[in-house]
Amino acid sequence: MSAPRRALLILAFLALALLPLLAGKFYVDLFAKIMIMAVFAMSLDLLVGVTGLVSLGHAAFFGLASYMVVLAAPDQYAPVSLWTSLPLAVAASALLALIIGALALRTRGVYFIMVTLAFSQMVYFVFHDTKIAGGSDGAYIYVKPQATIGSWSPFDLGNSTHFYYAMLALLVLTLGLLRLLLASRFGHALRGIRSNEQRMRALGFNTYAYKLAAFTLAGAIAGVAGYFAAVQFGVVNPEMASWHQSANVLLMVILGGVGNLFGAIVGAFALVLAQDFFSSLTKHWLLPMGAFIILVVMVLPRGLIDTLQTLRGWAGRRG
Amino acid sequence: MLAARELTRRFGGVFAVDRVSLELQADEIHALIGPNGAGKSTLINLLSGELAPSAGTISFRGAPVPHARPEQMARLGVGRTFQRSNVFMELSAFENCRLAAQARLPRGWAVYERALDCRASTKAARRALGSVGLESRNDATAAALAHGERRALEIAMCLATEPSVLLLDEPLAGMGAEESLRVLALLRTLKRGRAILLVEHDMDAVFAVADVITVMADGVVLASGSPEIVRANSAVREAYLGDAF
Amino acid sequence: MDLPIFLIQILNSVQYGLLLFLVASGLTLIFGIMGVINLAHGSFYMLGAYAAFTLSSLTGNLFTAIALGVILAVAFGYALEWVFFSFLYKRDHLQQVLLTYGLILVFEELRSLAVGDDVHGVPVPASLSASIPLGSTMTYPLYNLFISAACLVVAALLFVLLRCTKLGMMIRAGAANREMVQSLGIDINFLFRVVFALGVALAAFAGMIAAPASSVYPGMGNQVLIICFVVVVIGGIGSVIGALVAALLIGFIDTFGKVFLADYSGILVYLLMAIVLVWRPEGLFRENAA
Repeated sequence: MSAPRRALLILAFLALALLPLLAGKFYVDLFAKIMIMAVFAMSLDLLVGVTGLVSLGHAAFFGLASYMVVLAAPDQYAPVSLWTSLPLAVAASALLALIIGALALRTRGVYFIMVTLAFSQMVYFVFHDTKIAGGSDGAYIYVKPQATIGSWSPFDLGNSTHFYYAMLALLVLTLGLLRLLLASRFGHALRGIRSNEQRMRALGFNTYAYKLAAFTLAGAIAGVAGYFAAVQFGVVNPEMASWHQSANVLLMVILGGVGNLFGAIVGAFALVLAQDFFSSLTKHWLLPMGAFIILVVMVLPRGLIDTLQTLRGWAGRRG
Repeated sequence: MLAARELTRRFGGVFAVDRVSLELQADEIHALIGPNGAGKSTLINLLSGELAPSAGTISFRGAPVPHARPEQMARLGVGRTFQRSNVFMELSAFENCRLAAQARLPRGWAVYERALDCRASTKAARRALGSVGLESRNDATAAALAHGERRALEIAMCLATEPSVLLLDEPLAGMGAEESLRVLALLRTLKRGRAILLVEHDMDAVFAVADVITVMADGVVLASGSPEIVRANSAVREAYLGDAF
Repeated sequence: MDLPIFLIQILNSVQYGLLLFLVASGLTLIFGIMGVINLAHGSFYMLGAYAAFTLSSLTGNLFTAIALGVILAVAFGYALEWVFFSFLYKRDHLQQVLLTYGLILVFEELRSLAVGDDVHGVPVPASLSASIPLGSTMTYPLYNLFISAACLVVAALLFVLLRCTKLGMMIRAGAANREMVQSLGIDINFLFRVVFALGVALAAFAGMIAAPASSVYPGMGNQVLIICFVVVVIGGIGSVIGALVAALLIGFIDTFGKVFLADYSGILVYLLMAIVLVWRPEGLFRENAA
């Protein structure tokens, strides 16, 4: 990574680290939410930007993990341990991703897009139409998971600031692990698959296995994001697994720029802030939102980061 | 090493390859020639696993290989080049070859090891690029390469997988005279211990390196044998070689 | 299950299947010929239904409303292809997905601004408001039979178009090999515009004709869209016959599923898709537009 890039990264991290000291609860909560979505978006970027798998059903894994917060609690009012319910939720999402992936990856291109959409709708319907966890109304999370180990309580997820820093740590950890993954042989193979899957197979790679591994991993990470989204929100409802959620996170990925993970983070920030802005304007905010989406994808198909770099390149040449 | 027996491939009513039998022996360059549409590329696709045969068998080192998929044939040691350059366009020439070399390495799941630190694949990539004369173009993206360089890259990628059987589909097409000579010399050194199938239109090149020549037309084998025999075969001369020889 | 109820479920299955077919055939043709994945296709169905509502209250006659609606839909489809969709052909699938998703939002809000978000009913025309007796205790609405009949007629017309006309031949050729058709000198832009308008009209017609039987509500487009995707996946992209077979299959499974499984019936369609995927990942009939 180049020096100016690294400097920018450190600056951004410092800014995020200092935010709770400077801003009020509203912004702390908002940025914690953005960071959760950034993790969600990075998991999808692993599929879309790195492996070339456009999934329109990624919210299924996000939503399932959210529901696990409620479903895994034996009793609504008793506290669960973070250290048991989180792994359980992530395992559930990973398992679902393994099953859906095993079937969906038998298809390619547009079929794959449509199939992932359809499977996630299945998950949505299970939560929406059946009596599992409240149907279309969803369910409340009355008691947040506890981070207590024995008698030591490192942080309280109910506290805004604690939660914020936990999410910052999560973001940094996920980014670091994924970057490591991308630099590994496995990561290089995934990029090869995106570039030319036929050639990868002709070289001897079992591309189905690689894609399935990526899909499952992405589902697991999406599960982590979903879990904490539920914890922060305090409510779970079927919309968390809806295709609007899937389209949303896909938009974040393309908004920032696919393939290098930072784009996903930038995209998450840009989109959530844009949504916040538009919804404050009018009741019919989906209209400018839709127009915004169309405009961005038409004009900036390579995403914000790439566009900024190109602009900087032009400016550099002129000066 | 690699043998096809009564291999057939149908597309609807058309027999692209009709009961073709072929044997690729080690230490041999086996050339496959014939007019356009003869079924040569289809045959390579069958041998490499890209296409499934409608009938007939393929065997590797004597053992039959039923329902082979491309990645299986590649793992057995069958490498190939494509008629139209089929490389990783956005990646550098070096990474193209490194990925090719990586295909044969174990522990692809070692996610904590940096790919670029992997000595086995980086060395193999450098070696492959050097043998086709592309060392100076290491860092160029495949998309930035000239057509002839990309053909050379195709060959380098095949070499990087260290195959025991090479299926080369018109490797010289689009190459200049000097590059072609270099590739032919390379093939002569490579054939030791390996079997090479060379599909080519350049007759000079074919008769210069081939140990065995098979002539195909309309999906069937017209003649097969040493270059002298093929050259003398009247049916072949009529159908394909014309007055050139 | 006694005979009259069984018969009713069969009729419902066929009706639902045929409606799905009309919408899905447009989707599969647009994808097969232009290579565009269009998430907004369900919106055409929704817009058709709302158009039926508005036009029939204006004209007082459902048939006039439908006739007018189809003409509007063709014009709208033609214009939309020209102004928007023609820019999508060169884009990759990811961009097409998001661009058409943005379009859904725009359509939904425009409709919300124009007609509001209320759920509406469209009155069944008096000539078709009778009920046919089935057995001694049950009856079946005549209008529902009309829906099935109308869909069958349109489906038949579609097949005639595709099999027997020059335009149909160009469409089928385009679905099988786009570049070839272009190199044959056929005005591909016009062909695309026609196909797109056809697709929009089919979806809108389905929405219009179904409106009196179900209700007209904001989310109806999205719901039908996803099932249509399943139809296309099962039937095979570009194949109109495949869409018909798949749509009827889904019609039966969904209708009978609701009878026997109630709450969980929604999953059956996706289970069917999963089974087809394991067996035939490219769909039952691939690359053969009718």
